[in-house]
Amino acid sequence: MNGSVAGQAAGATGEFAGRQRRQRLLDLGFKSLTQASATLVLACMAGILLSLLVRSWPSLQRFGAGFLWSSQWDPVTEEFGAAAAIFGSIVSTVIAMALAVPLGLAIALFLVELAPRPVSRLVSYAIELLAAIPSIIYGMWGLFVFAPFMGSHIEPALQSWLGFLPLFRGPPIGIGMLSAGVILALMILPFVSAVMRDVFGMVPAVLKEAAYGMGSTTWEVTRKVTVPFAVQGLVGAGFLGLARAIGETMAVTFVIGNSQSISASLFAPANTIPSTLANEFTEATTPLYLSALVELGLVLFLITFLIQLAAQFWLGRLARGRR
Amino acid sequence: MSDTPIPISTTLRSPAAAETAPRSASEAAPASKISVRDLSFFYGEHQALYHNDVEIAPSTVTAIIGPSGCGKSTHIRAYNRIFELYGKDRATGAVLLDGENVLGPDVDVIELRRKVGMIFQKPTVFPQSVFENVAYGLRIHFRLSRAEMAERVEKALRAAALWDEVRDKLSQPGAALSGGQQQRLCMARALAVEPEVLLMDEPTSAIDPVATAKIEDTVQDLKASYTIVIVTHNMQQAARISDYTAFFYGGRVVEFGPTRQIFTKPNQRQTEDYITGRFG
Repeated sequence: MNGSVAGQAAGATGEFAGRQRRQRLLDLGFKSLTQASATLVLACMAGILLSLLVRSWPSLQRFGAGFLWSSQWDPVTEEFGAAAAIFGSIVSTVIAMALAVPLGLAIALFLVELAPRPVSRLVSYAIELLAAIPSIIYGMWGLFVFAPFMGSHIEPALQSWLGFLPLFRGPPIGIGMLSAGVILALMILPFVSAVMRDVFGMVPAVLKEAAYGMGSTTWEVTRKVTVPFAVQGLVGAGFLGLARAIGETMAVTFVIGNSQSISASLFAPANTIPSTLANEFTEATTPLYLSALVELGLVLFLITFLIQLAAQFWLGRLARGRR
Repeated sequence: MSDTPIPISTTLRSPAAAETAPRSASEAAPASKISVRDLSFFYGEHQALYHNDVEIAPSTVTAIIGPSGCGKSTHIRAYNRIFELYGKDRATGAVLLDGENVLGPDVDVIELRRKVGMIFQKPTVFPQSVFENVAYGLRIHFRLSRAEMAERVEKALRAAALWDEVRDKLSQPGAALSGGQQQRLCMARALAVEPEVLLMDEPTSAIDPVATAKIEDTVQDLKASYTIVIVTHNMQQAARISDYTAFFYGGRVVEFGPTRQIFTKPNQRQTEDYITGRFG
């Protein structure tokens, strides 16, 4: 196209105008296409929120704000409150985060800073495989292998050491809040550690060299340079894990015991929002029951949304603090 | 040592005239701070340095010049054993610091790196405040009171000619400074632990000319107390600030001698071709 010689200048000018028009059209088409795709996401969000609101309307009208803090969940008398499920969701997620974040941090640091290359690669593959296991498998393994093990070994041990805390009282049956939290931790661990590994991988080599060049040990470099430099990404990794943990359904449903009750003991059976939904949708025979379940879904939606907002706010503040 | 800068532009235009420049007897090598003996270096299987021999006198600035990929950086990265961060790399031969081989097995690498500070191509400010950046090495190597710490930090910032610019910004993040200030902050950080040798790996290549001039001035001021080795792409810079110059090519030390001689009357054809811009 650019090969046209001077003699064809007049023709070339017309051709140029035409080409310009075509390009402008093409650009416009491309812009519209991408815009439509982006709009689709917003439309989905709005649609989901709207249908949740409409479907949960009977329950919203009947129970009002009390839905959030009543722990009464009785399909027979049609009294519904979400407190137990919300409590269970939050506590199991907190347990998962408390275990997975430090462990993920340690794994990521080992892989990036300490492990020899072949070991690092092998463990990285294993972590990615772990992330690919469907959650139902975690659930079945949790029910048949892990929960009995918790009941026979871990929980009695915790009870004998820390039994003075109300957290570790009650019968150690293995099925309950603690097992659900640990299973959740195992499930988000691959995620958290893989993202943290990538975050550490992005710390410039020359920055670490400079720190080592000052005569630092690996521990000093990690504590004072690598981690502070990567903190934003690390928090992001934590929130990714959090978002996954709070919405996780199958594995939790298998091991948490599915009891709509709030107990101080981590050994006691409990429930989360997603596991309540998974368990009870098939049994929801009355419109109000169904509506209450949808309202639970709405609550989960809003909790997740709030976590995202908090994450954005936190990351924004960190970014401002850095500059 | 000659204090007057060498007018490189004239020498570059007329190398023939330079041949008549007298070689001063005072430019004979004094006792060495660093003696590099038969240093070879390998990145895994690939050999990057071949039998380097360099003698670096105390309280001098030695420039290492040569085309990209000739092993300049690799060479000085052996002095503080920073190459060891990457498993497969290894050095053979000896780098004697005050007569002691730093490549030996019993060397305390942490103390070595306190004595041999390093400045990199890009500023490597740590994600901390200005003050904490300078205090970084002090906290690692010394146990100081708050007052002593503040004193040493100020002294280091003054040595790097940065104190007047940051005295009101000590608690701000180091990354908030300009590029040139960041590089001098890194110099202050290195100077704070009172090293004996300062290695500078193209310290001004990512910095504007004004900031470069400040760093060059600082190097001149520091020369009295430190032995400085500077890798540079910029031959004018080498001519301006160094007392000795080593010309590297293909991982070998082609020529090493007083800067005046290297730039006016090089013994090797390759050196002359390089400094007159015929290649590289």
